[in-house]
This record gives sequence, C-alpha cells and structure tokens, in this order.
Amino acid sequence: MTDTSALPPRRQEFEASLDKSDRAVAAFEGHEKNVIDRLQHVLHANPTMVPFIVLALSIIAFGFIAGANFFSAFNLSLIMQQVSIIGILAAAQSLIILTAGIDLSVGAIMVLMSVVAGNLAVGLGVPAPLAIGIGMVGGAAAGALNGLFVTRFKLPPFIVTLGTWNIFFALTLWLSGAQSIRSQDIDAAAPLLKFFGQSFRIGGAQFTYGSILMVLIFVVLWYMLNRTAWGRHVYAIGDDKEAAELSGIRTNRTLLSVYALAGLVCGLAAWASIGRVGSVSPQSFQEANLQSITAVVIGGISLFGGRGSIMGPLVGALIVGVFNSGLRLAGVDVLWQVFAIGWLTIVAVAIDQWIRKLSS
Amino acid sequence: MKTTIKLALAATAPLAIMMAAPAAAQEEVGACLITKTDINPFFVKMKEGATAKAEELGVKLSTFAGKIDGDHETQVQAIESCIASGAKGILLTASDTKAIVPVVQQARDAGILVIALDTPLEPIDAADATFATDNFKAGELIGQWAAATLGAEAENAKIALLDLAPSAPSVDVLRDQGFLSGFGIDIKDENLIGDEDDARIVGHDVTDGNEEGGRTAMENLLQQDPDINVVYTINEPAAAGAYETLKSFGKTDGVLIVSVDGGCPGVQNVSEGIIGATSQQYPLDMAALGIEAIAKFAESGEKPAPTEGLDFFDTGVTLITDQPVDGVESIGSAEGLDKCWG
Repeated sequence: MTDTSALPPRRQEFEASLDKSDRAVAAFEGHEKNVIDRLQHVLHANPTMVPFIVLALSIIAFGFIAGANFFSAFNLSLIMQQVSIIGILAAAQSLIILTAGIDLSVGAIMVLMSVVAGNLAVGLGVPAPLAIGIGMVGGAAAGALNGLFVTRFKLPPFIVTLGTWNIFFALTLWLSGAQSIRSQDIDAAAPLLKFFGQSFRIGGAQFTYGSILMVLIFVVLWYMLNRTAWGRHVYAIGDDKEAAELSGIRTNRTLLSVYALAGLVCGLAAWASIGRVGSVSPQSFQEANLQSITAVVIGGISLFGGRGSIMGPLVGALIVGVFNSGLRLAGVDVLWQVFAIGWLTIVAVAIDQWIRKLSS
Repeated sequence: MKTTIKLALAATAPLAIMMAAPAAAQEEVGACLITKTDINPFFVKMKEGATAKAEELGVKLSTFAGKIDGDHETQVQAIESCIASGAKGILLTASDTKAIVPVVQQARDAGILVIALDTPLEPIDAADATFATDNFKAGELIGQWAAATLGAEAENAKIALLDLAPSAPSVDVLRDQGFLSGFGIDIKDENLIGDEDDARIVGHDVTDGNEEGGRTAMENLLQQDPDINVVYTINEPAAAGAYETLKSFGKTDGVLIVSVDGGCPGVQNVSEGIIGATSQQYPLDMAALGIEAIAKFAESGEKPAPTEGLDFFDTGVTLITDQPVDGVESIGSAEGLDKCWG
C-alpha cells in the first residue's frame, strides 16, 4: 500500500512497452504478476475456457497414450454417440444448477418417459408421434411438478428431487413390469421411436441423429440463456434470488419455467435414449442422475448458481467420454476409469473455487 | 463387530418375542423372501414362484427387495424385520454376499432356516442351504456350444467378454470362467476374471447387466479389435445391447452372441437368431423349492441337503439354441419359451 504513490509513472512505462507487444495481457495492468496469477485472471474473465482446454489436452494426451484406435475420426464420433444421452441430461441439469438448485430426478424422468412412450406405441398401438409427444409433455409436467414444490411450497430442490427420483423410479417399474421392450418389437410397431439411433457418415466419422440432437439442444439453450431476457433472469436468480426479486424479476414464475423446460429436455432425452440403447430399457441409466451432475461440474458451472456457460457441460460430458474411451483403449481396468472420473470431478470443483477467489 | 451384533440382538429380541407370540398362536408358518430388487424380471418370477407355492402350502409370505442391485442396507433391515416377525424361514438373494453374513447368523441363532437363492453367500455355509443355478455350468454350456459351432475355426476365434460389474460378484466370475473353460481356454485362477493370457481373448468390459451397458461395452471392444466373432454376455439385456452395436457397425454376420438367463425376451432373441445360444435358469423353481423346504423345516425340523458333488442344491440349467451341436445337450427356443421367466 505504501508504494502506491510511486506506481503511476511506473505504470505508464509498463503500458508503453506492452503497447508494442500483446494488448490482451496489457489489459491486466498495474500489479506485478506471476504466470499463475495471470492465468487465474484470464480464467476468471473466461471461465468456460477451462473445460475446453482440458478437453483439448485430454484428446491429445490419449492420442499419444492409446494410439491410432483412439485418435480416429470414427472413435471420436463414437465418443459423441456414447455421451449423447448423459449430455442431453446435463443440459437439463445445467438449467437447474444455474438457478442454484440441483435436480436428482433428471435420469428418472427420462427413463419413465421412455417407458411411457414405449408402452403407448408398442404395447397399446398408439401412433408413434403421439406417443413421443405424450412422453415429452409428460417430461415437462414431471419437471413442472418439481418446480411447483420448489416455488410454491418453498422446499429445497435437493429434497424435492430426491423424493421425485424415487417416485418416478417406482412408476417406471410399475409401468414396465421391469421388462425391456425389445428392439425388434419396436422396429415392427413404431420405428420412429428409434429415430435418433439412425446415423450418417462424414468421412470416417459416424454421427447418430442423437449426437446431433445433443449439440442442437445446447445451441438453443445457449441462445435462450444469453440472448433473451428470460435467460438473463435465470442467471440473476441463480446469483442472488432476493436481489433478482427486488429488481422486479418474477422469480417463482421463472423458476417454474426452468424446471418445466428441464423436464421437457428430459423428455427429448427419453426419445433419444430409445435410439441409443435400441430397446426401451427400464434397467438402463440407473446412474444417469449423478453422471449428469458430474458432466455439469466438470463443465465448469458453479453449483452455487448464476455462473458458468451452458456450453461447459457439453464439453464436460465429452471429457468424461474421452477419459472412458481413452483409458479403455489404453487397456486400463474399468475400476480405474471410475477412479479417474472421481478425481476429475474434484479437481474441476477445486479449479472453480480457485477462480472464484478473485471475485471475493 | 461382536458388540454390534449383540446390541442389535438386544434391540430386536423384545420385538421378536412380542411379534412371535401372536404368530405362534395362529400356528401359521411365516416365511420371508428377500430379493436384490423388484426391477429384474428374474426376481419378479422368483416372487411369483414363492407366492404361488406359499398359497398352496398355507405359508404366510412376506416379500422384501432392495431398491437397486447392491442395496445392502435394505436387505439387512428386511432380515431384522423377519426375525422380529417370528418367521420360520428366510429365502434370500443377497446383494452383498459377505456383509450380510452377521445378520444372517442372527436369524439362524433365532432358529430361522435361511436359504440363499440364486446367489451363494460367502462363505457358502453361512446359510443353511443354497438353492441356485450352477452358474459355472451355465457358462460352460454356452462355451462348449460356441466352440462346437465354430469347429476348427475356434482356434482363430476372437472373443469379447461382456461382464457385469467392476466389483466382479461371484455370478459374474462363475459365468465368465465357465464360458472360457467350456470354450477350451485355460482359465488359470478360476476365481479371477481377466487373468487369462490366451491370445483369442480380445478383452473384457462391464455392462451393469443392461442394454445400454451392453451397447457401450461392445463399442469399446470393437474399437480394440474390429474382427471379434464370439461375444459372451453376462445376461440377455447386455446381449441385446451388444447386438445393437454390431448392427450399427454392420458386423452382425458371422458373429456368435451367447448369453445366460433364459428370460422371455432373451429366448425370443434366440428364436430370431440374434442370440446364438443361452443357458436358461429357473428362478421360479428356486423360490418354490425354497418355500417347500421351509414348510418341511417348520413341520419336522429337517434341513434341505445339497446336490451330490456340489456345495449347493442345483436347481438346473438348460442350453437353449435353434442350432444344436453334437455333444452338448440342448432344447429349441420354442420349448424354451414355454419355460422362460419374465
């Protein structure tokens, strides 16, 4: 503090010399900084860079470790297929987490709605588009139910969705009789259910419609969150709900819409999951709830709400997929894959906290 | 450990006395069925078998299930409730075969007959008896079938193994090792998955026993070696998932998929040529025989004996395929559909 008075002339000189070189670095004027501090600054200004950097580094690293099998266009596109369902769920999860909530029921909503659509279309012979539509509306309704408990009854989202997770899970068992609907029966009765399992090739890469859907969902949500008033309200509520309310945002109404939209995305995930898995499987995706949270956290969205880009979780899901595929092809045992993802999650949150330090 | 057991006993004993009194007054035999989950049709069928037999014999049956496979806590609570209710016998498919042992001992100390269904406890004599599929034999049958179907080409087979879970529970190990042994591969330590060094094995991956896991695992293994032509799967949902991958990779021709279970969708897949052969097991019989044993025990105090040469009672396993081979006994898918569960 004592030498602040000595700073101005020195600062002038410093800036003058930087003018000739890198303007971006010159933006962090004034203080003497080491590389780490600068990095912290850069990341604080652009928190979404972290997952992108990690993704790029991990692809390069596994390219060396696991070799050509990993680095092929086909395998990279396969990773996209493999993460598509968790990715879509992570999009839904991000919406909730941006409002400083959490949704433990996203996977359960998805599985329930896939069973609903499957039972209607294959079991009862309802036209496939109608069955799928009911599945999506059902997803939105299930999400809205969560939202209702959160806004109207002021219950914590964690508790509400812990409860509905169990409720939706039980309904899934009841509706499905714990039986899968076979792929061949779907082909015969309602092939539209498997629409997102179809694929096309570009060069060596094979893209399913499901992986395209995942990217599209993220792009649409990015637009809604960043280019509409609704989106800014979502961030404002997550940052400080009371301040948002005082500044005239109808917080409960916005929150309810967030939960319903997340549910709708889960309904879409339900349709996509039938394409991905091939059958309607009440036993699949038992851990999807938590995997979606993992993707969101690794994607750099703060669990405290209001901070992080919606594109982060897309990258987060891909990072998980790259790790699984890379470790697998390097011949690493499955249990060490689980181990690695665990550390990745913790490190991601630690980095998030470290970047946040600047703002406090 | 001992103190906790004593404490638990002390806590439940008064309850047991309170509950046992009215039950004894009615002279009704109580039995409990505790399964891993209600999610798996296998256990649903087990419940059906137990319920039907209990009605027939006038046994009062209570059923319990964990929420998911691996839900140990709920099973412990279920056993405690059974002890408290004064039941004569417990039929149990344990999620955690080691950790459940102390509470099973409590039940046996209270004079209850405990029969492990489908999944042996560790050690196996922690239960009074075990009624189960011979899972090693189930694996062996599909291994023998695959080797015989390939004939001389078995020498050049490329084998993918789609197992259950990283924790490798005993059923996982037995089927996997049984399959490899039936195929004619040196399995080294029969208690270990993955210690084999036969060049024909491309690799192992885990599926959680469902379609999604089967699909992803098959994708991973095909990335390691696109020429895989024999696929072992832990169960039929995993097999269905693996088939979806083969279809999307355009490799369904000339790839043999074998599995274990004998569920109705699985047998249907055998008849449509998606699964080459599957080993069918009989959960309904396991549970029905279990209820019979409990009724007998309540009447005469006699405990069931294991099958000769095994340390458990073998409830049978049958190979189902529409392409029978010499030297391996099998039935067709039509007959298999009559006996399927789920």
